Amino acid sequence: MYPENFDFHRAETVDEALSLLDEHRSRETAVLAGAHGLVPRLKAREETPDVVVDIGRIDALRGIEATESGLRIGALTPYVDVVESDAVWEQATAFAEATKNIGDLQVRNIGTVGGNIAQAHPASDLPAAALAVDASIVVRGPDGEREIAPEAFFSGAFSTTLADDELVTHLDVEAQGEQGVGAYAKRARQSLGYAVVGVAVSLQVEDGVVTSPSVAVNGAVEHPVRLPGVEESLEGADVSASALEAAAARAGEELSENELRDGIDASPAFRRQLLGVYTRHALDAAAERAGFDTATEPAPQ
Amino acid sequence: MSTDERESLVGSPIERREDMSLLTGSGEYTNDIDRRNLTHAAILRSPHGRARIEDIDTATAEAMDSVHAVYTGQDVADSDIPNNIQTGWKLPELEEPPQRIMATDTVRYQGEPVAVVVGDTPAQAVDAATAIDVTYEQLPAAVGPSEAADDDAPVVHDEVDDNLAFDWEIGDEASTAEAFESAEYTASIDLTQQRIVPSAMEPRASLADYDSATGELTLWLTTQNPHLHRTLLATQTLGIPESKIRVIAPEVGGGFGNKIYHYPDEAIVSWCSMQLDRPVKWQATRSEDNHAACHSRAHETQGEIALAEDGTIVGIRADTYADMGAYLQFFAPAVPTFMYGCLFPGQYGIPNVHCRVRGTFTNTAPVDAYRGAGRPEATFLVERLVDLGAREAGMDPVELRRQNYIQPEEFPFDNGVGLTYDSGDYEHSLDTALEKVDYEELRERQAELREEGRYLGIGIVGYVEACGIGPSRTADELGSTIGLWESSVVRFNSSGTVTAFCGTSGHGQGHETTFAQIVSDELGVDYEDIEIVEGDTDQTPEGRGSYGSRSGPVGGSAVVSSSRKVVEKARQIAAHQLEVTPKDVEFEDGTFSIAGAPSRAVGIQEIAREAYTGFNLPDGMEPGLEATAFYDPENYTYPFGTHVAVVEVDPESGEVDVQRYVAVDDVGTQINPRVVEGQVHGGVAQGIGQALYEGAEYDETGNLRTDSFENYAVPAADQIPTIETDSTVTPCPHNPLGVKGVGEAGAIASPPAVVNAVVDALEPFGVSHIDMPLTPEAVWTAIHESNGGDD
Repeated sequence: MYPENFDFHRAETVDEALSLLDEHRSRETAVLAGAHGLVPRLKAREETPDVVVDIGRIDALRGIEATESGLRIGALTPYVDVVESDAVWEQATAFAEATKNIGDLQVRNIGTVGGNIAQAHPASDLPAAALAVDASIVVRGPDGEREIAPEAFFSGAFSTTLADDELVTHLDVEAQGEQGVGAYAKRARQSLGYAVVGVAVSLQVEDGVVTSPSVAVNGAVEHPVRLPGVEESLEGADVSASALEAAAARAGEELSENELRDGIDASPAFRRQLLGVYTRHALDAAAERAGFDTATEPAPQ
Repeated sequence: MSTDERESLVGSPIERREDMSLLTGSGEYTNDIDRRNLTHAAILRSPHGRARIEDIDTATAEAMDSVHAVYTGQDVADSDIPNNIQTGWKLPELEEPPQRIMATDTVRYQGEPVAVVVGDTPAQAVDAATAIDVTYEQLPAAVGPSEAADDDAPVVHDEVDDNLAFDWEIGDEASTAEAFESAEYTASIDLTQQRIVPSAMEPRASLADYDSATGELTLWLTTQNPHLHRTLLATQTLGIPESKIRVIAPEVGGGFGNKIYHYPDEAIVSWCSMQLDRPVKWQATRSEDNHAACHSRAHETQGEIALAEDGTIVGIRADTYADMGAYLQFFAPAVPTFMYGCLFPGQYGIPNVHCRVRGTFTNTAPVDAYRGAGRPEATFLVERLVDLGAREAGMDPVELRRQNYIQPEEFPFDNGVGLTYDSGDYEHSLDTALEKVDYEELRERQAELREEGRYLGIGIVGYVEACGIGPSRTADELGSTIGLWESSVVRFNSSGTVTAFCGTSGHGQGHETTFAQIVSDELGVDYEDIEIVEGDTDQTPEGRGSYGSRSGPVGGSAVVSSSRKVVEKARQIAAHQLEVTPKDVEFEDGTFSIAGAPSRAVGIQEIAREAYTGFNLPDGMEPGLEATAFYDPENYTYPFGTHVAVVEVDPESGEVDVQRYVAVDDVGTQINPRVVEGQVHGGVAQGIGQALYEGAEYDETGNLRTDSFENYAVPAADQIPTIETDSTVTPCPHNPLGVKGVGEAGAIASPPAVVNAVVDALEPFGVSHIDMPLTPEAVWTAIHESNGGDD
């Protein structure tokens, strides 16, 4: 398990990192953040870059700040800081819970939010949560800063719309507010713990009625997707076992058998089944946070 | 032997003395060892399940910096060494094609060595190995043990055109057929016991240091049995005198059978060291071991059970295809035959038994023993059949078992297929387990939960296993090329402390503690004054090593024997000094005294010091105080027990929650109950791994899909339930300690316990069997596809 040879550069600032990316733009370049995603792939020679640019020590990209409308999470913020942040749990519950589901303690100590998003692992936990909480992905390149909506960011397995000369610098998350609740529920692979399916939900509950539901899944297809059928079913629905069951039953209705991932961890048919089961789990958990016990009500027949 | 003053250490749950170094990381493993002028090897392996090697171009690799040599299979073949790894178990009419340490013209499994690079660093060696350009013509592969026997299956070895390594049977086919014809109830099952990748914490490694001036080879190796490796290096691969080879097992991070065999890799590394006259080290990666270390289990079986109207089991039969992989490793032909068919009747007195096993070659990694080795497969089969039979006859599975158990007074019991069980009390074990789980209450709760649409299942398994294959005469009759005795030297040092050198070779079992407990009791010497040495062919007597739960019953008995020989010599010296005849000298708690005159006494450590001065010994006696013993067991030992798994299955997600796991084991006398409990825990964890998580998968080209822990799931701590252990004690009647062995028990009982529980939970759906591993998808699919049931 030794990587192929590569040149290694460490950037101390974002500008330095961007200039390194520019300098090596003719060569295959990989960006190293926390290392837990890239290094195993390098060692297995699944990625064989000519150049590795290490941005992991750019302190300016680390940290969670309150903004006028919510939270700004620096790209190099390690998972553990998110998991331990009351602000993220309060303002973007699904995101916090998804982060808590990543790997184990050692992984959460080293892996970073931006590294996760930029790697776009098809079965990682954060991408769906980024969609559910509508985290705006802020990137910088030679022409300055731009914001990318999460649904426009992920384009495939290990594939994003980030340009080769751009870096993810932070995520801007809209606060879910007083009436907002969220949750993340996943079926983990029995081996490494990546998601077979992981469902993130974020919604508003006012007087026992759901509004603005946002439901997304990772693991099911090559990149995270929203589940519009579930959202449509939830909008305006009572928070009840039967309504959540009806909504969960529509999970994946937009996804064809060909789109659903077929792997050693699950067939497309079983992934579809789990999509419904874990959508229900996530909705039950969100409902519980809104003060409703929908999980133990007898299942409607 | 113990007295009021000094408590017996055998039976005491003292802490393991080896744990401090293992847990703090100070233990020295093969890869920790450095040598002057050390080089590193990387082995290039076949990426294909089956292919013809058309060309190997090593020019680029050879030209790379820091590369000392690149060798191919042809280079090895040209060197005129024996170069042929052969199995140690010669079944009648066994087909045994040659196994070269590196392939020359054909590769037969993904991971078979093709070339080797020796470089200055491991990374440079890997880089150079990657630069070797091999041109293959990929060929269709034989995958799957029964498919390999098909007429049109690709042929693994040209000289074995039906891929059949052996066709073996035991029992009486005709009488069994008659029993089935007249039976009231019969049940049958087609099942697969999946291929397992034994996943010891430490992948294999070797460091070979050949000295051309002396012609001596020293090999540090991840091994469970250094002496066997030495013999096979001398006779099968390298062809240098055994007396010139020293094999050392440093700390070894687990083996589970997988480190018994002589692999091509250590022969390649040793051969490289001989070519270069420099030390060469090789450390397998996890994926390398997944590809090229032996796999295990891998059975496809059709099994049947026949019951009389009253529930008496009148017959069982099985037809099994056992996957041998591409080559026969050391114990491979024994595992699915004598270790399997002979245990098929389990704990039951069954008058008619027949078992046929065909071992087939396939284009996959060789298959050999893994924790339990054949006995888990036998137990799984019979315990699944008993549950199916109970369902067919409408009986409670507990009652069916109870009714058919061999009774305590029937021991020694001839099981009809080659084994004589030594002792047992199966019903007592069952009752102990049932009381612990409160079986009646569980059945009531199961019924209640079913009303609520929840699915609780109870799985019960009784097992009997056979450890320490012996006596050696029997091993010979069964086809073994080695006897399965064990040895030890117990030596007093000049100052009165003791060192025991054992032919076993522990790799996590705790021998340094448990063998010292034995010696302490036998000699009456303080535990702290005793050291145990294993795992070095230059230090220990010729030994057979540690596997098959043999270290306690066979190795421990050798330690007893040599200790007692030492006591007898010491008694003569004591008699001489006390001026009486030896028969008048009593020995108790480390002290020799005159019968009837206890005030005239001398301690054994004092005698030891005298023995080494030689100043005052009986006439004609040699100085020194040590003894060697080779213990050849009278019979196998037969541990047994009852395990109960309680699970709840979520039919929507297919998830299995193991709510309780109760293990009641009878391993005879326990030397150290803490070590016994640890062994049970480890075995149960591995067995639950097999039941729920693990399974090696090859695609139809012989490509291993489960080549790392990313896609091969060994259970982590949070995937294993709390294991509740208890034990009964039925001593082995034919060895001096009464021990039966405990290494494998947990892994034998737990797969069928969990599967029986899940199938029991899903009875309302009409599910009668699910092949392991019971992943959520497998469980959900079984529910989905079941047609029967009332839901």
